[in-house]
Amino acid sequence: MALIELENITAGYNRDHPAIENVDLSVEKNDFVAIIGPNGGGKTTLLKVVLGLLVPYAGTVRVFGEEPAHSRKNIGYVPQVIPSRTFPVSVLDVVLMGRLGSSGLFRRYSDEDRSIAIENLEKLGVFHLAKKRMDQLSGGQKQRVLIARALAGEPELLLLDEPVASVDTETQHSFYNLLSRLNNRMAVVLVTHDVGAVSSHVKSIACINRNLVSHGETISEEDVVRAYGCPFELITHGVPHRVIGAREDSKHG
Amino acid sequence: MVDMFSYTFMQNAFILTVLASIACGVVGSLITVNRMSAFTGSIAHASFGGLGLAYLTGVHPLIGATVFAVGSALGIGAISGRNKLGSDTAMAALWATGMAAGLVFIKLSGTYSSDLMSWLFGSLMTVSRIDIILTGALDLGILGSVILLYKEFLGISYDLEFSRIQGVPVLFIRGLFLIMAALTTIVLMKVTGLIMVIALLTIPAAIAEKFSSSLRKMMILASILSLLFSIAGLFLAWWLDLPSGPVIILVSSIVYFSVLALRGKTD
Repeated sequence: MALIELENITAGYNRDHPAIENVDLSVEKNDFVAIIGPNGGGKTTLLKVVLGLLVPYAGTVRVFGEEPAHSRKNIGYVPQVIPSRTFPVSVLDVVLMGRLGSSGLFRRYSDEDRSIAIENLEKLGVFHLAKKRMDQLSGGQKQRVLIARALAGEPELLLLDEPVASVDTETQHSFYNLLSRLNNRMAVVLVTHDVGAVSSHVKSIACINRNLVSHGETISEEDVVRAYGCPFELITHGVPHRVIGAREDSKHG
Repeated sequence: MVDMFSYTFMQNAFILTVLASIACGVVGSLITVNRMSAFTGSIAHASFGGLGLAYLTGVHPLIGATVFAVGSALGIGAISGRNKLGSDTAMAALWATGMAAGLVFIKLSGTYSSDLMSWLFGSLMTVSRIDIILTGALDLGILGSVILLYKEFLGISYDLEFSRIQGVPVLFIRGLFLIMAALTTIVLMKVTGLIMVIALLTIPAAIAEKFSSSLRKMMILASILSLLFSIAGLFLAWWLDLPSGPVIILVSSIVYFSVLALRGKTD
């Protein structure tokens, strides 16, 4: 069973001008996929459909074989870091939010919730920041805390929105190492507009620009370049990508 | 000055101030971290329409104001769930419409303007037993909700989408918050009047935010600050023979701008 299965999805905020059109995507158990595309290309819309926050106009979505609203708890969602955000909340309290789903209403977090949160802070090397206010952290530290929060929910798939937008190039390297390690235990999907930031650690790349993402059959790299305007150097820098198939009806490129 | 508490109306004013500060600090903190101060101003002014209608139809003004405040809070909440920009416009429109409707209704009802002044600028000197009981009940409701659902209030305030994905009943928690905000606005009208409610809800919370490591501590500190400002304002107003609502707001804003200036220097 695919963890995520999108078939012929059309979705957006205006039925006449959908943000994504006829999109297919499937993510399997051990995948490490980077979904790249320009701003306004429909990446956020795609994420919202997968998370069940937006109901598509057409097509079917299956997450762990079910409606996304039922099964999205198994997705560890890591939103984009908003650098200037101020909020009086400690790092530990942010990570504990990953236990909201397991803990239930009208109850305090249990000792188990706390030990899972602390364990994940340690795993990500940010335990020493546990008592700090979230808005005093650097971009890279915030990123790690948000991943720890996602992991605290014990997900089977990690879904990251623009994860490298707020970290410098040096931090990016160790960040991708971290994701590859996590990929030993779960599928990892990341979405980014920054093609330069996609590392060789990812196993496959999908491009989205309104009507893209196909998946499955392997096609030639040139086809992808032509079809979606993916930057050539990305495809050719020697990474053993499982390159993702293109739809014939694409008008881009 | 020493014997100001020998008057029953001063005792009542003092008790109401203490009770209102609790609601003010807790709800004001939630409003501030959710960046919703314009929302507060809007529902306060919208409730003026309800006041006018109540005077016209002979219903108790408090009921008219409460129905309008809760209704407009939930209305804005429904719009902002779908469209952030649309809700900004809706809040501005509601702000003015509430005032306009209220003024027309009041003119038609032939109410004396002195009654109006107390709703617009506060009337701590005319606090009744009912006011105290209602405010106490609201405190219990707010404290109960925030204690039982603290992690959910924190979750939806910090990251609404993440909380929804986690299965938090976002609509319910947010609805509860909007109703608490509307009722607190009504209660605080007694203290500062509807025109200045926005200041009392946001100033103590904004100061507390700078010195708190958690939302819980922010709520407690904002309640304490709100209490200090209100009591100080009440004493000063008595001493200087000035209206208490505006003096409370002036005390709050002087402290707020001083904190801003001092923090600006050290940063």
